[in-house]
Amino acid sequence: MSSVEATPAIRKTALNLVHRQMGAKMVEFNGWDMPVEYPASIGCGIINEHMAVRTRVGIFDVSHMGDIRLAGPQALAAVQHISMNDASRLALGQAQYSAMLYPEGTFVDDVIVHRLASDEYLLVINAGTREKDFNWVRDNTRQFDCAVENLSDDFTQIAIQGPRGVDLLEKLTDADLSAVKFYWVTRGTLCGLHNILMGRTGYTAEDGFEIYIPADEATSARVWNEILGAGKEFGVVPCGLGARNTLRLEGKLPLYGHEISDTINVWEAGLDRFCKMEKLEFVGRAALEKAKGAGVKRSLVGLEMTERGIARDGYKVLEAGGREIGYVTSGSPAPFLKKNIALAYLPVEFAAVGTAVKVEIRGQGAAAVVVPTPFYKRPKKSA
Amino acid sequence: MAYPTDRKYTKEHEWIQANGASAAVGITDHAQESLGDIVFVEVPKVGAELAAGKTFGTVESVKAVSDLFSPASGTVTDVNLELATSPEKVNKDPHGSWMIKLALKNPDELDGLLSAGDYEKFVAEEAGH
Repeated sequence: MSSVEATPAIRKTALNLVHRQMGAKMVEFNGWDMPVEYPASIGCGIINEHMAVRTRVGIFDVSHMGDIRLAGPQALAAVQHISMNDASRLALGQAQYSAMLYPEGTFVDDVIVHRLASDEYLLVINAGTREKDFNWVRDNTRQFDCAVENLSDDFTQIAIQGPRGVDLLEKLTDADLSAVKFYWVTRGTLCGLHNILMGRTGYTAEDGFEIYIPADEATSARVWNEILGAGKEFGVVPCGLGARNTLRLEGKLPLYGHEISDTINVWEAGLDRFCKMEKLEFVGRAALEKAKGAGVKRSLVGLEMTERGIARDGYKVLEAGGREIGYVTSGSPAPFLKKNIALAYLPVEFAAVGTAVKVEIRGQGAAAVVVPTPFYKRPKKSA
Repeated sequence: MAYPTDRKYTKEHEWIQANGASAAVGITDHAQESLGDIVFVEVPKVGAELAAGKTFGTVESVKAVSDLFSPASGTVTDVNLELATSPEKVNKDPHGSWMIKLALKNPDELDGLLSAGDYEKFVAEEAGH
């Protein structure tokens, strides 16, 4: 078994005790003690949790995510400078997927930018990059008349994900959630708490909401339990990081340190549509322009195993003849699709859909094929 | 769960149930519980020679890959083909889901393995470390 490394004080969310009492299997994730899955005895386990989100509703403690608030007369200019999407297009209450880049055009982190007021933005960032991101945002926005605050410890963030998520949350709030479109936010009273931010966002490739409540343990536990209670009729289950990972993988949502990192650029990651080169200036833009001119050498592709075997993070990808050509960034069985899938960086000449490759599994090449992504796309509701 | 007393256990969380000079091998309830949803079981073909304490296969859950260690030396005489298509049986009935059967080279090897009671204690100590 793996050895236990000495780590600086492992961090806990306000719901840690609740997870333990529910019998969750806990793991360390980016310095946080988090539930990876809940027990089979309460209808959970990664596969059941994954299926609940695809077909009903599941809830996740995502309080380990970080939150950075930018507010002031030049908040928009600051956000525009440090992110690759065009925040000037955001209406009040609207959110967008974006990323912060190094001058080299590689990733500091990906981020959801929320416009909360005319001169107030909330950036929701990854757990593992909280401190790095905050320092980077602060250091790169000094020239703007804009306050930068780290609100990461102020919120318990709960994600309510799945087709019945809206029905569940509607039972607990006075906000008109049906009027909230995907990637928009609203505020309302939730479980008796006033002025709670609720965003129709998530990391599961499913409809759903993320709510931001005060981070004290009593309030967090009460709201978590009220959501589970109200969700009984919809078959709600608590979900851990295991299902969160398989859900995001089916939807090809990138994970920092896997599909995106400080050595991977925007073009390679295939995030072109979130990068607005028509913006005259943002950190990383010049390098991206140059990289585009030089031609992109590798790109992120979806693989489906066609032979028995499961591709895992870090496994080598081989061409049919056995030569190493790339590597798997994330690989797993896909519980909803019932296939073994992976994301991998391959040279562009191997990136075409239908290209046959192999994944090296315990010294043996197992056949795989390049497939269209995302692997899973949620069915469009007829409005 | 109570561990069946009709077999022996390893510290790597396999069980072995001997019947004269042949034996069935599987993984314990504790092992399946730690792994979570099992989706893949890979074992050698009939005729393969196994050495005690050496890896002989792999079991994978959605999240993790884990090696299987042979509790004893011997020759594989049978493989549970059902687990190739229904690996989740290992979660549902770990002590009834044998993975391979062995012709034991030296049945006395089993004397050095853990009894059900010792294994249960070992698991409790591991959890409480």
